[in-house]
Amino acid sequence: MNLKISFQIAKTHLLTKKRQTLIAMLGVTFGIAMFIVMISVIKGVNKFLEDSALDSSPHIRIYKEITSNHPSIIDEVNPSNFNIIYHQLPKNELINIKNGLQIAANIEKEPAILGVSPQISSQVFFNKGPVPFSGQIAGVDVLKENKLYDLKKRIKSGSLESLLSTPNGILMGKVLARNLNVKVGDKITVTTPTGNLKLVKIVGIFGFGIQTVDGVKCYANMSMVQEILQKDKSFVTDIHIKMKDSQAALTYAKVLTNQYGYKTQDWAEANSAFLAGDKIRNGMVIMVSITLLVVAGFGIYNIMNMNVINKMKDIAILKATGFAGNDIVSIFLIQSIIIGILGALLGIIIGFCLSYLLSSMPFDAGDFLDIKTFPILFEPKYYGLGMIFGITTTILAGYMPARKASKIDPVAILRG
Amino acid sequence: MNSVLKATNINKYFYEPEKFQVLKNISFEANRGEFLALVGKSGCGKSTLLYILSTMDTTYDGLLMMNGERLTGRTQDQLAAFRNEHLGFVFQFHFLLPEFTALQNVMLPALKLGKYSSKEIEERAYQKLKLVDMQDHALKQSAKLSGGQQQRVAIARALINDPTIIMGDEPTGNLDRKNSEVVFEIFKQIAHENNQTIIAVTHDPDFAKGSDRIIEMSDGQIIS
Repeated sequence: MNLKISFQIAKTHLLTKKRQTLIAMLGVTFGIAMFIVMISVIKGVNKFLEDSALDSSPHIRIYKEITSNHPSIIDEVNPSNFNIIYHQLPKNELINIKNGLQIAANIEKEPAILGVSPQISSQVFFNKGPVPFSGQIAGVDVLKENKLYDLKKRIKSGSLESLLSTPNGILMGKVLARNLNVKVGDKITVTTPTGNLKLVKIVGIFGFGIQTVDGVKCYANMSMVQEILQKDKSFVTDIHIKMKDSQAALTYAKVLTNQYGYKTQDWAEANSAFLAGDKIRNGMVIMVSITLLVVAGFGIYNIMNMNVINKMKDIAILKATGFAGNDIVSIFLIQSIIIGILGALLGIIIGFCLSYLLSSMPFDAGDFLDIKTFPILFEPKYYGLGMIFGITTTILAGYMPARKASKIDPVAILRG
Repeated sequence: MNSVLKATNINKYFYEPEKFQVLKNISFEANRGEFLALVGKSGCGKSTLLYILSTMDTTYDGLLMMNGERLTGRTQDQLAAFRNEHLGFVFQFHFLLPEFTALQNVMLPALKLGKYSSKEIEERAYQKLKLVDMQDHALKQSAKLSGGQQQRVAIARALINDPTIIMGDEPTGNLDRKNSEVVFEIFKQIAHENNQTIIAVTHDPDFAKGSDRIIEMSDGQIIS
């Protein structure tokens, strides 16, 4: 087999049928361009959501699980009897982590840990005028919390440090602040679930860019929250942990559960809705891409088939003058491959241009997400993947017509 | 005189629309430098015989030897390689590759053979085109040549690898008198000066008359 001649013949065939070649090429181009655009957008969205979810949630959260699903004493004593208990109530449990501050200090000594922030967290109502707004207040050591979530960068007005100097100060999520129509310096009443009231002063407004955080959350000094909940100085309900490597958190969470006996939740579990969305979107990309490429493949198959039928005479002559079946296959397969490579290259370029245009297009997600333009991921890997997809499709689609060409009986054609 | 082609007891059947014996026990030899004309009424099987001799048709019984090599039973690819080196073809309908120039058409079988560098092949192709007096049209696209010109290019292509045998299926069948004479003269020259064997199926009595030997066929048998 001499590929050089096959290539020469293939090139001549393609160049004499420029329009046909172009149409076959555009099929691949369109498929690959759409693949690139889709995968860039969807991977971009996935990455953005994952990043913002990860940024605002701890890698591991340790807390005490409160459940009223306890077996009754009668059930425990007489498990086989027919026991009827009306209106079983949960027993009075404290929701705190015993020795929470000590546990946090121990964990902080581990080398893989970036930061640990013990906190006391509670549902509260904010009253301004007659209407109560529900929210969540977290009593923290604000410097530790800053280490975990980079709070300083997220402060929109006011300052982080003023919380340190204001015992009854709070930092408030920007959406909540807007709903309450308050700004830095305003005072507002906080009501705890047990009915205690406290007048607090807003010293800063922060925004994570995620509505589920910005719309409910407030930070305050740990001692103040302990005070309004009427708890002692060592009372903490949650320990938030950030590790240097987010993947390591998945296994370390289990270690912590075994070590301290409290419930742990890792970031993947906490953001499982986001991650499930990722999977669904990835699946969609693959499905649509395959559909597009199959359509492009059929286009090439048709065109190459017609090409072979038109070139029957030429194939017969080539065979008569000594070209073997493999030579004929290579002549037509090379045509498909050239179409595939050029089409895929053009597709990649068009795909990049479209993605680039999209990435500069304004996109307003409201308060839900803090973005201004479409999040697009420009990842060379996907461009390479597009190239491989395009060429594979054309080889598969071109092989059958090429094989058919090699099977042509020259006698039947030359005899007329 | 040494034999370059030997066919022994060739039988061939057509199965469509019903079983029919086209060739019956054909045996003959051709010698080096011989100009053979295969004649007979249409349907007598002469073209069928030629395509068996050309090695392109392999569905026959019997034995085919060329250049002392047994060709019966070889694979299609082996036969293609043999054709490339030892056989040249000239068909009734010139059958050039229309997208290529006359020169490229002539060069292709030699490029496939790969015995010479492409520079040498080009030189040789010019020589062959000169032989058929087509050197001035070498760079024209073959689709733009007249019928007679195309047939002469086809002859040059058949000659490019210096084959032992050149086969023609009515090589003058589609040409006017003047072009037929040109082709005939070229054939004669090839046979007698280059010592290459020519086997041509023809309907043209003048063409047959000028050959060295006429093999006449009737009803699938050689009658003279």
